[in-house]
Amino acid sequence: MTPEPDTRLVGATAVTPGDSGTADRGTVPAAGDLFDITLRVNRVPYTVRVPARRLLSDCLRHDLKLTGTHVGCEHGVCGACTVLLDGEPVRSCLLLAVTVDGQSVTTMEGCRGPDGGLGPVQRAFMECHGLQCGFCTPGFVTTVTAFLAENPDPTEEQAREAIGGNLCRCTGYQNIVKSVLRAAELIRAADGGAGHLREPGSTNGNGPVTVDGEA
Amino acid sequence: MKPPSFGYHRPQTVAEALSVLARYGPDAKVLAGGQSLIPLLNMRLAAPKVLVDINRLGAELDRLDEDEQAVRVGALVRHARLARRTPSTSTTGTSMADAAEASIPPLLAEATRYVAHPTIRNRGTTVGSLVHADPAAELPAVLLLCGGSVELASVHGTRTVPAEQFFVGPLQSALAPGELAVAATFPRPPARSGSAFREVSRRAGDYALVGVALQVALDGDGQVASARAAYLSVGPTPVLVDLTDAVHGSTVDWEDAGRLAQSQVEPDDDIHASAAYRRHLVGVLTRRAGEVALARAREASGDA
Ligand SMILES: Cc1cc2nc3c(=O)[nH]c(=O)nc-3n(C[C@H](O)[C@H](O)[C@H](O)COP(=O)(O)OP(=O)(O)OC[C@H]3O[C@@H](n4cnc5c(N)ncnc54)[C@H](O)[C@@H]3O)c2cc1C
Ligand code: FES
Ligand code: FES
Repeated sequence: MTPEPDTRLVGATAVTPGDSGTADRGTVPAAGDLFDITLRVNRVPYTVRVPARRLLSDCLRHDLKLTGTHVGCEHGVCGACTVLLDGEPVRSCLLLAVTVDGQSVTTMEGCRGPDGGLGPVQRAFMECHGLQCGFCTPGFVTTVTAFLAENPDPTEEQAREAIGGNLCRCTGYQNIVKSVLRAAELIRAADGGAGHLREPGSTNGNGPVTVDGEA
Repeated sequence: MKPPSFGYHRPQTVAEALSVLARYGPDAKVLAGGQSLIPLLNMRLAAPKVLVDINRLGAELDRLDEDEQAVRVGALVRHARLARRTPSTSTTGTSMADAAEASIPPLLAEATRYVAHPTIRNRGTTVGSLVHADPAAELPAVLLLCGGSVELASVHGTRTVPAEQFFVGPLQSALAPGELAVAATFPRPPARSGSAFREVSRRAGDYALVGVALQVALDGDGQVASARAAYLSVGPTPVLVDLTDAVHGSTVDWEDAGRLAQSQVEPDDDIHASAAYRRHLVGVLTRRAGEVALARAREASGDA
């Protein structure tokens, strides 16, 4: 469940660096203003203070220290930075963190299994040698996770199409295609199917986290 | 790279968005899906002073309104919503939502599935794509072919700009400073007609080297009454060509139509393809799309 955000929060809590006072509601924040936003990442709620120009990819990596999300091109082409936003794959390098205030994000770290070990997609990539250097892997794992939740029994052609927006410079893709099909098998074999993949990750002992991001 | 600094506003209503846009005029840019704007910011090719993020205006702008004549696509409708619809929807039980969305013009759904990759389509918007007016984009050609229009709102009121006036140049639309595009209207195809979208790109999801949206209408005797096509990536804006002269009547020759189209476009060389290759593709794609559109028109007339 996505917490219902107070959508006026941003305008109301815009602060300038070194000043914790609130700006007038309705005034347009100036360049350099900081915003307090709430993100639920892998089921953990975070409050983080960021400038408007902070990309979601950098917010995850630098502010929340979740470096499982990789950044390749920063213009939407390579797919390495793909995360799930409310369950749907998106490019985290093409989203401002402030835009997704109040929404849920699943990253590579959240694609692990319910027991905290490798999730089915991760396991399939390992079994099928779907990675070499691993730089592209987080983008594939998130993309494939969402794809299989929608299409649990894909054909090879559908599997190829599903990963068409992700670049890998090492593997030549053959083993990645095999990994997608293997992950589908693993998920179908597991009890409960792909339901848990919608927002995977552990819920144990994760209290809210507050982070103060640098401008 | 990272975006430069900008003032950020996230209005809660369209009225509020319009007043901010009015205040900042040419210094403000609308942020919709961000799938074209954020790359430009990241590459420092754009540096607006103020961004007006419309992503919280879903109640007003994430809407599909339709009637028998047309479908009106609100500014926050993302590509994925239109792309999900297959042209000939299955006859298995459809929910209300499915039934409603199934009546998106087939050409719009088909063309949208050529826009980028599914991941990009989860954020990018139909209207944003029209305003961005990339000469290699699919949807401007579709809007032009079906005679659609874009609604532009500002504090002074709303104006509706027809497609042929909306696309002004490469990456240039008729949107004026202070305006918000609130919706685009795609008229439905006439009875006894069929359409098809085809393109050639380096990889699935890449911008097209050349693409075509094509529509064929039949008369009461099942003969071709008219055929028109809109080509993308062959000029600064989409190019509309009337192919009727080449395929009129009973002997339909799409090769002829292809030659007619080739004579009407003036593609340029760029790093992706030579002008000669683009012209060649215009011929090939006219034939491919024409044959499919004609078959669909016959099917629609119960005359397969
Ligand atoms: C890797 C990649 C591949 C792509 N491939 C294709 C492709 O093959 N074909 C294709 O057509 N597109 C492609 N795109 C672009 C994508 O379709 C974008 O979604 C679309 O061009 C712009 O829509 P947006 O909602 O993301 O707009 P934004 O990026 O938010 O905005 C784009 C421009 O339009 C303006 N704007 C947007 N909405 C409004 C509005 N409602 N009112 C006023 N101004 C507005 C913005 O100010 C900005 O100038 C690709 C993008 C990427 C990253
Ligand atoms: S880093 Fe986001 S797509 Fe390459
Ligand atoms: S494993 Fe190295 S880029 Fe894919």
